[in-house]
Amino acid sequence: MATVNSTTPERLIWQGGTQPMKVGYGKLMMWVFLLSDTFTFSALLISYGLVRFSYPSFQDLNPGVSLKNFEFSQQWWPTPEAVFEAVPFLHGISLPLVFVGIMTFILIFSSVTMVLAVEAGHRMDKADVEKWMLWTILGGFTFLGSQAWEWNHFIHGTPEGSMIDGVQFFGANLVHNQYGPTAFADFFFFITGFHGTHVLSGVVLNILIFYNAANGVYEKRGHYDMVEKVGLYWHFVDLVWVFVFTFFYLV
Amino acid sequence: MAAVTAHVADVHAHEEHEHHELSFVRKYIFSEDHKTIAKQYLISGIIWAVIGGLMSVVFRLQLGFPNLDMAWLKPILGQWVSISAEGVGKLDPNFYLALVTMHGTIMVFFVLTAGLSGTFSNFLIPLQIGARDMASGFINMLSYWFFFLSSMVMFVSIFVETGPAGGGWVVYPPLSALADANPGSGIGMTLWLVAMALFIVSSLLGGINYVTTVINLRTRGMSFDKLPLTIWAFTFTAILGILAFPVLFSAALLLIFDRSFGTSFFLSEIYVNGQALPNQGGSPILFQHLFWFLGHPEVYIIILPALGITSEVIATNSRKPIFGYKAMIFSMAGIMFLAFIVWAHHMFVTGMNPFLGSVFMLLTLIIAVPSAVKAFNYITTLWRGNIVFTPAMLFAIGLVSFFVSGGLTGIILGNSALDIQLHDTYFVVAHFHIVMGAAAIFGMLAGVYHWFPKMFGRMMNAKMGYAHFWLTFISSYLVFFPMHYIGIAGFPRRYYQWSGFATFDSYADLNAFITVAAIISVAAQAIFISNFVYSIFKGKKAPANPWNSNTLEWTTDNPGHGNWPGEIPTVYRWPYDYSKPNSAVDFIPQNIPYSSTPESNLPHENEMIADEKEIEKLEFDRSIPD
Ligand code: HEM
Ligand SMILES: [Cu+2]
Repeated sequence: MATVNSTTPERLIWQGGTQPMKVGYGKLMMWVFLLSDTFTFSALLISYGLVRFSYPSFQDLNPGVSLKNFEFSQQWWPTPEAVFEAVPFLHGISLPLVFVGIMTFILIFSSVTMVLAVEAGHRMDKADVEKWMLWTILGGFTFLGSQAWEWNHFIHGTPEGSMIDGVQFFGANLVHNQYGPTAFADFFFFITGFHGTHVLSGVVLNILIFYNAANGVYEKRGHYDMVEKVGLYWHFVDLVWVFVFTFFYLV
Repeated sequence: MAAVTAHVADVHAHEEHEHHELSFVRKYIFSEDHKTIAKQYLISGIIWAVIGGLMSVVFRLQLGFPNLDMAWLKPILGQWVSISAEGVGKLDPNFYLALVTMHGTIMVFFVLTAGLSGTFSNFLIPLQIGARDMASGFINMLSYWFFFLSSMVMFVSIFVETGPAGGGWVVYPPLSALADANPGSGIGMTLWLVAMALFIVSSLLGGINYVTTVINLRTRGMSFDKLPLTIWAFTFTAILGILAFPVLFSAALLLIFDRSFGTSFFLSEIYVNGQALPNQGGSPILFQHLFWFLGHPEVYIIILPALGITSEVIATNSRKPIFGYKAMIFSMAGIMFLAFIVWAHHMFVTGMNPFLGSVFMLLTLIIAVPSAVKAFNYITTLWRGNIVFTPAMLFAIGLVSFFVSGGLTGIILGNSALDIQLHDTYFVVAHFHIVMGAAAIFGMLAGVYHWFPKMFGRMMNAKMGYAHFWLTFISSYLVFFPMHYIGIAGFPRRYYQWSGFATFDSYADLNAFITVAAIISVAAQAIFISNFVYSIFKGKKAPANPWNSNTLEWTTDNPGHGNWPGEIPTVYRWPYDYSKPNSAVDFIPQNIPYSSTPESNLPHENEMIADEKEIEKLEFDRSIPD
């Protein structure tokens, strides 16, 4: 079904009786849902931005001091490079934003494999759809695993910890936060968690699609449209991550 | 006169279902038929309206007669009425707050959002655009059952020991976030949030279906410039819901975390009972921004469908084309767009930067323009019309009256300098009960009276309809008009009683008057409900087109599954050809081709005859997968 042959002349395409955008209702619904979900994430990210900029930064309070001397404090919003600098197996080495860079790359990579799966679907190539779906699923799981590691590291903190209300505190949870104001940890957990839940649902959907494709459901149906619909969702989740990444790690 | 031209295959692939009988459960309970789902929404909405209405009687009694002995309510309200040593029953002040909160929540969301959009979008979209059903019957069914689940959670919350949510329908933190702050912030509030999250899922599933159905399933010839204004209104409403509700969803999730998991999204520097809370850094104002980003579009989610229904009812019963069809569409589009950028007019007194306040003031006042366009278009449609005063028509005219009188006070409130004085007084209560509460309920009732014959195949009793209208119309004004004075006098909203303030004593009689009028307006609804129930079973059998109306739903005789027994009619003209000059009849339905009405065609319509043959040949593209 790579090419859709509509008999309706372009002039009459909006005159009813046919699908004016040459798209079935399922895909339209997915588009509309994604529009809606955009607003869910926007609300969260804008909230984050408002709270974040209600706090001073390290350099606001220490004019002239280089970021190299950054320290964690409840007084100012932490610099992401100082918080996210660990990489698995490389204990004790400071590699700011390297790990999250890898995570981002993995997710974007899985979007590429998703595109390839969709394209294989257009060619009605069952084996290729299966192959690329598997890669996509693998990418999804790797991302989730990396996120689990990152959360784990964030929760357990650095060996030095920080003094909070006269007590040494390590890491972060929803109530205390070694790295800076509690709000930073609250939003970090909530937004990356909310995004992670989306990725998890995406992985579950991808597995379903893979399972159906492998069982020849779509071949019998004559089209791989489901791969496309779930693909839209997967790209969306990816795109949202780019924004989450920008907000939490780059600004 | 119906010259339905027969042609080719069906628009929607439902033929295969038509032949086997559905079980009782699939037909009436877990039904995927849009007409059944519409009735489910309607009846749920009516039940909720009764509950919400009775709640208002209880708190109005408290406000109008502060010394009233409420002991007689003890059997229903139990612990919420305490009996003093002298045997006098008093309503619990915290329960008063909970009642006001639940009344608002129920009316805004469960009656005027689910009950109104759920009923009429579901019923009319497929029937008026000429489709066999919604794009996805299954998702449509899910939408209703999510709503049902949400209703159940909200209903159960009324009976928990600490009472239902008590922070107002806007549930502002910190009050709503701290269980210790008020009994109504306990488990009742948690259930409120859960119910709303389910409600949002339901509304999203419904909205997605409405929009895709309108895009993909219009019958041959039903281009967007031939859509009835109802469909335009439902579509805009769905878009508003799809884009605004998710923001409330985010806010509700964050609030759930603040309540249950110790986060501080909306909390900072708070003392409860002299104890400092550890929460730092959040912002309660942030919640207000998120809430009103939904909250303002929500009021248009409520009024737009009512306005759509009114357009249809007024044009039909004035026997005149709607005045300014395109202007109606553009003003609805304008209202929809503006609805997203005016939310902070609810927040003028939150310490907002006055410059920002004046930006929001300007944007807010611009809404008056499209609103006025609509009001004038209704009036000009009525102007010199051949008016038929059916009960539906009376309610539609009632809506116009309320929309105008309530809209005027909106313009007053939109001025930030005036709003600083009037905010959170009964003036606001008067404003929104007239422009939203009364107007939307009147639109909904107009819809019920108008489409009841198509829904249930029987007519409602017109005499009872007239009695219902006049009692409701007069008593609604008697309830809400005096509230303007009370508000200007400074009465704050959400107060349990005012007898502690000597200045307010001179208004005691006005408050008692309002209460009496409120009781009459609630009691008048008994006429409607008995008429409704009686007519479902015993009403006069309805003809296919009792109001001589032009839209497609009237071309099918008491629709069964699939809506039209045979071919779906093709559409050739807009829906408002009433009293067309030189036509022998005073209405020409949408499915009558121009080629069969040469006597009444306008020059440009004669030119459109050339396209008719081609439009009849339009074919649903089955190579496109759903
Ligand atoms: C000309 C058009 C309108 C303008 C300029 C306007 C303006 C306003 C303003 C400024 C407020 C805030 C008052 C305050 O809390 O201090 C308000 C409240 C409200 N308006 Fe309107 N309004 C208009 C039309 C409408 C319509 C058409 C509806 C509903 C269908 C509506 C529903 C409400 C509601 C529900 C509230 C109160 C919410 C609450 O605080 O509980 N308004 N309006
Ligand atoms: Cu508003």
